[in-house]
Amino acid sequence: MKLTEKDVDNVAVLSRLSIPQEEKAKYMKQIDDFLEYGDVLQQVDTQGVEPMAHILPLKNVFRPDEVKPSLDRKLALSNAPEQEDGYFVVPQIIE
Amino acid sequence: MSYEAVIGLEIHSELKTKTKIFCGCATGFGAEQNTHVCPVCLGLPGVLPVVNRSVVEYAIKAGLALNCTINKFSKFDRKNYYYPDLPKNFQTSQYDLPIAEHGYVDIEVGGKQKRIRITRIHMEEDAGKLVHSGTTIRDSSSSKVDYNRTGVPLIEIVSEPDMRTPEEARAYMEKIKSILEYIDVSNCKMEEGNLRADVNVSLRPVGTEKLGTKTEMKNLNSFKMIESALSYEIERQEDVLEDGGEIIQETRTWDDGRAMTVSMRSKEKAQDYRYMPEPDLVPIVLTDEDIEKFRATLPELPDARRARLVKEHGLSEYDAASLTASRAMAEYFDAAVSAGADAKLAANWIMGELSKHLNSSDMALSDSAVKAKMLAEMLGLLEKGTISSKIAKTVFEEMWQTGKNPGVIVEEKGLVQITDTKEIEAIVDKVINDNPKPVADYRGGNAKSIGFLVGQVMKQSKGKANPAMVNKLLKEKLG
Repeated sequence: MKLTEKDVDNVAVLSRLSIPQEEKAKYMKQIDDFLEYGDVLQQVDTQGVEPMAHILPLKNVFRPDEVKPSLDRKLALSNAPEQEDGYFVVPQIIE
Repeated sequence: MSYEAVIGLEIHSELKTKTKIFCGCATGFGAEQNTHVCPVCLGLPGVLPVVNRSVVEYAIKAGLALNCTINKFSKFDRKNYYYPDLPKNFQTSQYDLPIAEHGYVDIEVGGKQKRIRITRIHMEEDAGKLVHSGTTIRDSSSSKVDYNRTGVPLIEIVSEPDMRTPEEARAYMEKIKSILEYIDVSNCKMEEGNLRADVNVSLRPVGTEKLGTKTEMKNLNSFKMIESALSYEIERQEDVLEDGGEIIQETRTWDDGRAMTVSMRSKEKAQDYRYMPEPDLVPIVLTDEDIEKFRATLPELPDARRARLVKEHGLSEYDAASLTASRAMAEYFDAAVSAGADAKLAANWIMGELSKHLNSSDMALSDSAVKAKMLAEMLGLLEKGTISSKIAKTVFEEMWQTGKNPGVIVEEKGLVQITDTKEIEAIVDKVINDNPKPVADYRGGNAKSIGFLVGQVMKQSKGKANPAMVNKLLKEKLG
C-alpha cells in the first residue's frame, strides 16, 4: 500500500467530497491500484520521447478578437441557487 | 543584527483586448453586473474555449519588450482551487511552458542603476468580482458575485527576488507599467485594477545568502500601496526576528486605512493547485520568423527614448526620464519639437505648466485642449519676444480653457509684448513721477529699489512691457 488514510482525507478535501469512515479503506485500495498502474507505466523507456502536451495533432487554434453577444442576464442567472440584483449569491466564504 | 529585505513581485496586467481570453464576451470596465458573461466564461458544462489571437500577440510583445525569450512551444494548464470568483473551480493559466521566460528590466533608484530579472510571463484569465454583505469577507454571511471580469485576459509577470528596498520595488513596478503602456497592450489603469501586484518579502541577516521565510501581500494596486505595505512588513518582520520569533509563511492583507498588514490566518493548509494540462486548448507553436515579426512592431521603448532625448536634445537625464516615463508625454514632446519648439523650453513647459494642469484636473494628456503644435507655436512667440514669459502663462491658461491657437489669443486679448520704446518710456516716466520715495532710495544708493519700480511698470503695462527694456530705461532715467 502506497497510501495512508491521511492521503485519502487530503484527496477528499481537495475534491470537496465527504467520504464516510467505513468507505475509506475501499477508496484507499482503488487509488492505490491507480498508483501501481502508474508504476507499470514508469518502467517504459521514454528516452528521446518528447513529452506530450495534447493528444490531438493540432496547434495554434485561435479566434479573432471580435465581440460576440453575451448571454441575457436572466438566462445567465437561471441556474443560480440564489441571486440578488443581478448577482449570483454565495454563502459565507471564510468562516 | 541588521537585516536585508529580499523582495519579489508578481505583476498582473489586464490586456486591452476587446474580448475575453477564451470567449467573445466584451471586456469593458464598469458594465452592469453579469452582462458580459456566456456559457464559456461561466464555466458551464460542455463548452469549448478558444484562445483570442490578440492575447497571444500582446503577451509575445510584452515578453519581447521585457527582454524575455519567447518559448516556441507553449501551452495552457488548469490551476485548481475553489473560490466563488472562479466559476470553473480552476483558473486556466500556464504552468511549465509559459509564453515567455528569462527577461529583465533596468531600474534606477537614487542615481544607481540595477537590473531586475524576470523569471517568466504567462497568460491566464482574470477572476470575477465579489461584493461582500458585511464590511469584510470574514463578517459576511454571504457574498454577491459578478462574473464580468471572469475570463478577461491577464499576463502575469513574475520577477526574481532581486529587489532589496520598497523604493526598488516601486521603481520596478513603474518601469513595467511604462513599458506596457509603450507597447500599448494594457490600459494600466491601476485604480481600475488593470495593473496590480502580489508582493513577496523576506528578511535575512546582511551578508548572508540563505533566504528567510517570506510573506505575501496580494492585489496591491497603487505605487504608494506597494511602498507602504513593504515598509510596514519589513519593519514588522524585523521586530519579530529581533524578539527571537519566527516568521510564518502566510498571505497578509494590506489594510490601507489602518496602514498595516494583517494576517489572513488561513486555516487551510498550503495550497495544492494540482496543475494539469488544459485538454480543451491546443498548444501554441511559434517560429523564429513569427517572433521576429513581432519584434519588428515594437516601438522605441522608454530606455532607448530617454537616451535619445539626452543625446539629440541635450536634456538632463532627469528631464529625459520624466518625459519618457509615459509614451503619451514622450510623443507629445517629440511632436512639439518637430513643430519647431526649442527642446529645453518644451521640456520645461511640458513638465511644468502642462503637467500641473493635467494633474490638478486629473486629465490624460490626450484630453488636453493644448495640443503639442499649439504649445510649440506659443513657445515660438515667447522666443521671438512677441510675448513675455509672464504673458505666456496667461496664453497657456487661455489655450487650456478654450483650445484656441496662441496667435489668436495674443491678438484677441492684445497681449503682444510692448517693445516700442516710446510706449514703455511713457509708463516709466509715470512710475518715476508717482513713486518719489523708491526713486530717491535708488538714487541714494539702494540698488534694490529698482526692482519695485520695474514691478510697477510691468503692472501698469499689464505684463506686456519687455522686462529687459524696462530695466534699461529705468536705469538710464534714474542714472
